[in-house]
Amino acid sequence: MTKSGFVTSSIGKKILMGITGLFLISFLLIHCFINALIFFNDGGETFNKGAEFMGTNWLIRAMEIVLFIGIFAHIFLALKLTIDNRKARPVGYMVVNGSANSTWYSRWMGLLGTLILMFLVIHLKHFWVVSRFTDEITSGKETMFDEMREVFENPIVVAVYCLSMVSLAYHLLHGFQSSFQSLGLNHKKYTPIIKSIGIIFAILIPLIFASMPIVMHFGIIK
Amino acid sequence: MSHGNMNLTLKVWKQKNKDTKGRFETYHAKGISPDMSFLEMFDVVNEQLITENKEPIAFDHDCREGICGACSMYINGRPHGPKGGVTTCQLHMRSFKSGDTIVVEPWRSAAFPVIKDLAVDRSSFDRIIAAGGFVNVNTGNAKDANNILINKDHADEAFNAAACIGCGACVAACKNSSAMLFVSAKVSQLALLPQGQIEREDRVLNMVKQMDEEGFGNCTNIGACEAECPKSISLENIARMNREYSSAILAQNKLHH
Repeated sequence: MTKSGFVTSSIGKKILMGITGLFLISFLLIHCFINALIFFNDGGETFNKGAEFMGTNWLIRAMEIVLFIGIFAHIFLALKLTIDNRKARPVGYMVVNGSANSTWYSRWMGLLGTLILMFLVIHLKHFWVVSRFTDEITSGKETMFDEMREVFENPIVVAVYCLSMVSLAYHLLHGFQSSFQSLGLNHKKYTPIIKSIGIIFAILIPLIFASMPIVMHFGIIK
Repeated sequence: MSHGNMNLTLKVWKQKNKDTKGRFETYHAKGISPDMSFLEMFDVVNEQLITENKEPIAFDHDCREGICGACSMYINGRPHGPKGGVTTCQLHMRSFKSGDTIVVEPWRSAAFPVIKDLAVDRSSFDRIIAAGGFVNVNTGNAKDANNILINKDHADEAFNAAACIGCGACVAACKNSSAMLFVSAKVSQLALLPQGQIEREDRVLNMVKQMDEEGFGNCTNIGACEAECPKSISLENIARMNREYSSAILAQNKLHH
């Protein structure tokens, strides 16, 4: 038989989408944990230690490159899949009753992902660019905590961050359990548990993230 | 056939052949009995059209008892209409109200070109089956029944997958026009049984390859296929096919290097 290309096949792309998705989920968990150090409410002392560790540890710095590869792969695959899927139905339906058979957020993953990408650009500019490409942090002029306080002074930024976390929540609500299904992990006993964990994760993590700009803006954490 | 008192407006897709552009035509179905099936209602409309010397609406149908998979109407935005677990032939007019406007469209997929009106060409499914949906058996005398022992759970799972009638509602329902539920049912049915083991790896690789070549879209796990399938084929089959595919890829690399 002819050799089939895993990466170009429909199932191969789907599995890669699942793997990169799960990898990004693991990143969210770590990111959320480190940021939650602000809740010690110690003027950012613990948080700054965590931020410095993340910024200087060689393993974390190496993983940062892997993370960017993961994000780009996830976005590239999504674009490729979306274009292919459009081609698969050149003439559309006049009436589509999608809500009868699926959730809206599962059908709009591409839109939710695009909103998250737009947020990501803003977010990287706010913190990642400042810490990596300017001497604001390295020179000791400012800490990451100071940077956070500065950025979240603007109420529009706070609103954008909170709304983006809503997009993230819905993206995860479908994406978490979907990635397991794509990897072929579907089990009578464990799938309901995975789905429950997915729902908790999709609500809890974005909620914790969204609370950060709010508490910083209103000076609850200072 | 007893006539009833339901009057309906139908907006039906009319298309001469696959090379021409189609359009919606409006028809009035009068005196329809709530006990008629959806296809019988179409028969009444067509008889009327014939007596008026107009062209009848082309649609696929065969057994009319929900087991052949021929009927294929996309009714008010859902394949096989508003009821779960039934084909169009088993959908009855009591599921609608007199005065309703019903929009009827053909399955929409690049891999299912329209032949005429509501009839689509589903030979892409046949080619996927030909690519691997079979088992090889020795010719000669028939063997005694039940001489290959099969685990009861596997037999039940295989039977559930084998309930697929290949109607294509999964493709029609999927926003991506993916055929994964159909292909996974056929892969699962044979992968679960001892008779299907010899071709197991080649089967999934060849069937998936054919599925991709036919121009079906990619699955994004939204689950519309499972919800609309007249035989309630489970998404577990798609997960199983993903596993089968991954292990076949690994086994293939082991053998060919």
